[in-house]
Order: sequence, then C-alpha cells, then structure tokens
Amino acid sequence: MAEDILHEVTQADYKYGFTTDIETDIIPIGLNEDVVRLISAKKNEPDWLLEYRLKAYRHWTTMKMPEWAQLKIPEINYQNISYYAAPRKNAPKNLDEVDPELLNTFNKLGIPLEEQMALSGIAVDAVMDSVSVKTTFKETLAEKGIIFCSFSEAVEHHPDLVRKYMGSVVPHTDNFYAALNTAVFSDGSFVYIPKGVRCPMELSTYFRINAINTGQFERTLIIADEDSYVSYLEGCTAPMRDENQLHAAIVEIVVQKNAEVKYSTVQNWYPGDKEGKGGVYNFVTKRGLCKGDNSKLSWTQVETGSAITWKYPSCILQGDNSSAEFYSVAVTNHHQQADTGTKMIHLGKNTSSHILSKGISAGVSNNSYRGLVRVAANAENARNFSQCDSLLLGDKCGAHTFPYMEVNNDSAIVEHEATTSKINEDQIFYCNQRGISTEDAVGLIVNGYAKEVINQLPMEFAVEAQKLLQITLEGSVG
Amino acid sequence: METIKNVSVPEVSLSGKLEGLEQQYIDLYKQYHEQIKQHSASVMNLSRDVSFGLFEQLGFPTSKLENYKYTDLKEPLSGEYGLNLNRLKIPVNPYEVFKCDVPGIHSYLYFVVNDGFYPVNDTRNETLPEGVIIGSLSQMAEVHPELIENYYGKLSNTKKDGLVAFNGAFAQDGFFMYVPKNVQLDRPVQLINIMRSDVDFMANSHNLIILGEGAKAQLLVCDHTVDDVRFLSNRVTEVFIGENATYEHYKLENTHTKTTNLSTLLIDQQASSNVLGNIITLHNGVTRNTIEIDIDGENCETLLCGMAIADKKQQVDNFTSIIHNQPNSNSRELFKYVLDDMSKGGFTGKLYVARDAQKTSAFQTNRNILLNKSAKMRTKPQLEIYADDVKCSHGATIGQLDETAKFYMQSRGIPEKEARLLLMYAFTGDVIENIRIDALQDRIKLLVEKRLRGELSNYEGCVICQ
Repeated sequence: MAEDILHEVTQADYKYGFTTDIETDIIPIGLNEDVVRLISAKKNEPDWLLEYRLKAYRHWTTMKMPEWAQLKIPEINYQNISYYAAPRKNAPKNLDEVDPELLNTFNKLGIPLEEQMALSGIAVDAVMDSVSVKTTFKETLAEKGIIFCSFSEAVEHHPDLVRKYMGSVVPHTDNFYAALNTAVFSDGSFVYIPKGVRCPMELSTYFRINAINTGQFERTLIIADEDSYVSYLEGCTAPMRDENQLHAAIVEIVVQKNAEVKYSTVQNWYPGDKEGKGGVYNFVTKRGLCKGDNSKLSWTQVETGSAITWKYPSCILQGDNSSAEFYSVAVTNHHQQADTGTKMIHLGKNTSSHILSKGISAGVSNNSYRGLVRVAANAENARNFSQCDSLLLGDKCGAHTFPYMEVNNDSAIVEHEATTSKINEDQIFYCNQRGISTEDAVGLIVNGYAKEVINQLPMEFAVEAQKLLQITLEGSVG
Repeated sequence: METIKNVSVPEVSLSGKLEGLEQQYIDLYKQYHEQIKQHSASVMNLSRDVSFGLFEQLGFPTSKLENYKYTDLKEPLSGEYGLNLNRLKIPVNPYEVFKCDVPGIHSYLYFVVNDGFYPVNDTRNETLPEGVIIGSLSQMAEVHPELIENYYGKLSNTKKDGLVAFNGAFAQDGFFMYVPKNVQLDRPVQLINIMRSDVDFMANSHNLIILGEGAKAQLLVCDHTVDDVRFLSNRVTEVFIGENATYEHYKLENTHTKTTNLSTLLIDQQASSNVLGNIITLHNGVTRNTIEIDIDGENCETLLCGMAIADKKQQVDNFTSIIHNQPNSNSRELFKYVLDDMSKGGFTGKLYVARDAQKTSAFQTNRNILLNKSAKMRTKPQLEIYADDVKCSHGATIGQLDETAKFYMQSRGIPEKEARLLLMYAFTGDVIENIRIDALQDRIKLLVEKRLRGELSNYEGCVICQ
C-alpha cells in the first residue's frame, strides 16, 4: 500500500505546464559586451547603469561556475541563451490594454488579477518574462509615499535611490550568477518604504518564465527606511518545457533602523518530467542587510519546483539588536536537486537569528540543506538556533545536511539540531486505525511536518503553499 | 636526559622557501627515493611511487579544500624540517625518558621514536598470547610479507588526500600489530610515540593494525615530544577489524606547542564488529586528526568520542567521517571542546549513509565552550543520507558555561573559580566516561582536572607517566 502511494508520488506530473502564445521581442542568443549594451539601450538606461553592467560582465568572464554544492549541474552553454525577451506590446495603461492572452495565463494559474485586486487587496506587479506588464494599487501606495514599481521604472524615476542601494548588499563580484545577473538583468521589482510608514498591504509579484530559451534575470531591490514595515510576497510558476531554462535572480533587501521586512516566496517552476528531462535551473542570490539597529528581516520560502535549486537567502546582521529569521520548506521529487539554506552573519551586538528548515525528498531526488552561521569577533551576545529536519519518502532519494558554524566570540550561543528520518509507520498505522486512508495519513503527516514554516506565510500564500505541496507530492500527500 | 648529537641531522637541508612548499619534498624524493626504498620494506615500496605521483598532483592540502577548511597548514609546513631517510639509529633509552606508568594499567608496552619502531625487551611483553605479532612494520613486512601485503595501503591508497599520499611516499616504518582469529588480548597495548631530535624534525610513520575474526584488542597511543624543537608528525594508521572483533583505540596527545601533529586514522569494520575510538587532545601545538571509519558489514557498533582542551595559540581540528555502507549498524559520535585564549577549534562530522544501508541509526553531538573572546570555534556537521529507513541526527552547540548553574553553586558556598572548574570538568565528563580501561579513565580524569586548573598548561613531558 505504502509502496503504491510512493509510486504515485513519484509519478505525479506537473500541473501548471502550458505555453502561452504572446509575441515576444527576443534578442539573438549569445552573450558579449554588445548584448549587454543592447539590453541597456532597449531599456533606455543611464550611462552609469550601463557601465555597471559592463563592469559586472567583465568580471563575470573571469569567473567559474561554483562547484561546491551537492548538485550535478549539466554543462550550461551561456552562449546558447537569449538574454532578453519582452512582450512586444508597449506597457498598457489599464486592464483593457493588457493582452487578453496574458490575462488568460494568469487565470489559468488561478490568480486572476482583478480578483486579486478586489478581494485580497494585494498589489500585483506582474512580471511576464522580464518586462513589467502591469502594476496595481500604485496610487494607493503612492499616497503613503511608498514606491512599488518595476526596476526599470525605478531607474527612470528614482535613479538616486537605485544608484545608492543597488549592489550594496550583493556586489557584482559576489558570485558567478550574481555577476551574470548584474550584467544582463532585464527587470524586476523595486520597493521603497519611507520613514515611519507601515505598508498597508502585502506587496506581491508573480514571476513567470514564458518564452522558449530565455533566461530570466530578475532583480529585486527592497529598501525599508527607518521605522517602516513591509511584507513582500513572491510566487512563481512556469510552463512546461523540454529545454532547461536558466534563472539567475538577485534579491537585495536593505532594512534600516527599527524597520522590519518580511519576504515570502513560493517557488513552483517546472521541475522537469519523470525522467529528469527539462526543468528550470534556479540559481538565485538573495540577501538582506539589517543595516540599522533593532532592524528585523524574515525570509520564508516554500520550494517545490525547479530541476536544480541553488539558493541561500541570507541575512547580514549589522545593526545592534537586529534579528533575522529563515523558514524553509523544500520539496524535491523525481530527479529534482535542491541545495538550499541560509547564511546568518552576525556583526552587530545582541543580534539573534533563527533557522528552521524542513526538507522532504521523494523519487530519486536529492535535497540538501546548507547553512552558515558566523559570529564575528565583535558581535557580543549573538544568539542563533538552527533546526533542520529531513524527511525521506522512498529509498532512492537523498537528504543531506551541511551546517557550518563559525564562532569568533565567546559570548555567542549557537545551537544546531538536525534529524533525518522516514515517515513514522506508527503514525500512519494510527491514522489507518481511525479510518483515515494511508494516502490522507501521509498528507496529514507531511502537512503537519511543514506546518511550522507554512504558518509563517501570509494567509493567501499559506493556502497556495499547501496546494503546491499537494501537487508536488500528488496522489498521496495533502 | 642525555643529549643526542648528530643523530637526526638531515642529509638534506630544506630551505622552505622554494617555489611551493611541496617542491622541496618533490625534489627530495626524486633525489633520494632509492635510499628511502632501501631502508624500508619491499611491501611498503610497492605503492611508493604511485603515492608520490599522487602527492605531486595534489600537493599539501590548503584551507581552500572543503575537508581542510578549518586547518591551515601553511605555517607549520613552511618549517625547515629534517627527515631521517637513512634510518639512523637514535640512541635513546625510552625508559629513562619515560616511566610510562599509568597506575594499575599493566599494559604491553611499545615505543615508536620519531617515525621508527624502537625495540625494547620488556618483561611485560613476554606474556603476549600466542600468534599475536607486534613489532616494526618494515621488519614484519620482511618476515610476514603475505600477511602485510594483503592489508598495507588498502585503505590509505584509496584516499585522495595530499597528506596521506605524502605519507605513502615517505613513510618507512611504523607500528604493526596482528591479533589472530579469536585471540583476545587480556591487557591493553600501549604505544608511546616519542618525538626526539636536536633539530626541527619531520616524522612520517605508517601504522598497521589487523584484528582477525572474533579478536579483541585495546590500543592506547600516547604522543609526546621531548626536545624543544619544532616537530611535524604525519602519521597514517590503518586498522582492519574482522568479523565479531572488538577494538578500542585511545589516542592521547600531550605535546608541546611547537608540534604539528597530523594524524590520519583509517578504520575498516567488518560485520558485527565493535569499535570505540577516543581521541583526547590535552596539550598540543597544531593538531589535525582525520578519522575515517568505513562500516562494511552488518550489525556493527561504532562509538567515536573525542575532546580537546586548548589555550594559548593552540589549534585542534578533528575531521571525522563515518560511512555506513551496510545496513543495521549503529554509530554514535561525541566531541567536546573547551577553548581558551587565542585557541582555535575545528570539527567536521561527516556521516554518510549509502543507498542500501537501511536501518542505520547514527547520532552525532558536538558541544563547545568558548572561555575567551579571542577563542574561535568552527564546526561543521555534515549528513549525507541516501537510504530512507534510517534514524540520523546531529546536534552542535557553541556557548559558554551555564551562568545559572555557576550561580547556584556559588550560592551554596563554592567559590566561583571552583564552580567554573566543576562545570568544565562535568562538561568533558561524558567523553571520559567512554574510556573503558578503568585505570586510564582515572588517570585522564586527574589530568583533565589538572589541565583545567592550569597546572598542565606548560609542557611537562609525559604526563601519563609522571
């Protein structure tokens, strides 16, 4: 019985696979300085940004792909990728001008824009293959002085802010994919919350990779000025494809004094089929800087998609008394590979961080947690607690844990716990006894297992996250 | 102690300032490999050139390698060390230097001076059970080539490790122990490694330990340094445990701060065998212990413990790896560190459960106390699990002494200093509890207490025997 269910689990197909025919404006494949210039020109960027892109490109050419992760990454030909694709029509002014096909796509994904606006009060900055198509609720936000727009708009209208903060958390030299992103990033979101403002709604962006063979190079910059608060959601789905798609995004968050940022992600890109063919490569650099005293940053992620995930949302606790949290559920199935975790760098005094990671592996997938907790010599009274649990569904998958703890101060307290086990037979038996089918029982157990993290998500997202868990482990789980 | 002259003066002076740190040794080997082979056993020479080739390719490990992330060997390896390639005899009377005598331990006693087995006629060794062979590896390799050929290098030659390869190229002798089928040693075997030289000295020794089916042995390895010069010891120990055999390995290091101790312990466990490893670093300079245990049979029990007390600028890095290749085995790991002053601690606990190693249970704990602002601890548990029906966990903490516990004791009239001591002593207690030789356990308890009181913080020769 249990074997049947595990079999079903490993046979589950991707539910969100479809392609929308929208005319896209694609530049030819390959990457060189001219391509970088072309992207910059297409977006009418100022010179300083072009220079920055070129600097990053030149640095990128000197770098190699990182190989330390517990991942088998097929060779990627970076000259065989088109680095820019944009819906051809110019940005629409209202809903009527939005391509009906595009609206349809969102409808298929179950996120009708109108409904979202009306019902949940979420402002959606929908990103369809790189160029921002539609931004909602901008007016409401503008009243409070909040800036929530696409990255290109921010470059146009708020160049000072962009110039001041871009690259301040993730420099272009940071790593291979960050350098690549900095050179060719197409668009993304920009959020600025002014001093003392509490953002009245959850800010949300839906990413969706759409055109064939285009890498998605998003760049998100969130700045929370003193005493402000914002909760930001990011969700992803991608259509079914044969060829691997590369996604190398950067998210930078700056949290000033007394400010708080909550960043939540649900990621469900195409993970490849049962044979491990296709799927998205998700190589993302996410980092937040708790710059001011008493600042707070929280990352929550639910990772169910992508063929390969390489992602470490990190926090630099620079301000005194700053705190950071990282909550993660990562599910891998079929041939998926995930190497994900976090970094907590304690620099200020009295800083605290909390890590909670739940990994679930099924099929022949490999799921790794990799986390670093570093306490600098001057970080008095730093406190960290990390817990990472792994659940194995099936005897051909792997679960790995690589926590690093580097403590240079004697007043620090750093704790780490990890467990690995399979689903408890006793619990399944207990449920069976009470008339719950094994299928539902496994679902209950897995949901309970991930509950601590799911609870951290905002309401709307929590529902979607649970659905995604169900779909990923279709047939048995949830 | 008599001074020894013109004994370990190297035939070749190594400048340490050539292109790379490796180059001088590569040149040395190319020039003197004939002598090296001439003064060693033919069995040991079989893979010597291959090991050398591997070393040429790998070089010395740097902290950029994941497995050596917390060990920086650049400084220790840049010293100018002499090597005793021609196996010149070192006139030392180990009994005069050491009266190794843990009260009540009644061990079989053997010496390795620098990197060569040092034969003594000890009456205590006369009662060694029949069939047990203990002696110099290179000599025994000539007497029992068929035995040693089957084992020598079988574990170490599979490692892609610069230090192990270096050892394979340069090691000429070491300690050899063979306990045949169903023979159980009634007393522990004590192996005293003495570092003795008038000039900075590098020792490369290779130990081989074989336990037949159902055999039982306890080995206590003590590391000591005598002279106030820089020592670098690069030792590889291979241990083969037969089915149903029981083996206990205690490594006690008490060396001075100019010592670099690089030790690789490779253990292969067959079905239903039981292994205990206890690695205690009381006083040292720079220490890197690599301990790799392969569980190649079902129903094995493995317990690996260790502790380190370090202050000044001492460095202790324990890299451990337990590999479960077969189902139904249990392993447990426990490491504790107390770090003071500017000392640096490192711990890596790799745990690998292969695809078919179902019903494995493996638990790992690493706890560390930092007593000083400048002390540093790096810990990296690492679980790689490919089987689903397993129970694995690990926990690691870095922190301080419990203030409330200290306060509790103080409020009951125990002075603060004493309370601290008690807490630290209790902290290391569960590692010491895992010493299964009573006399040794008592001795270590005393030594740890002395060490924590600061009475051992200066090098005092062999603390086991004083």
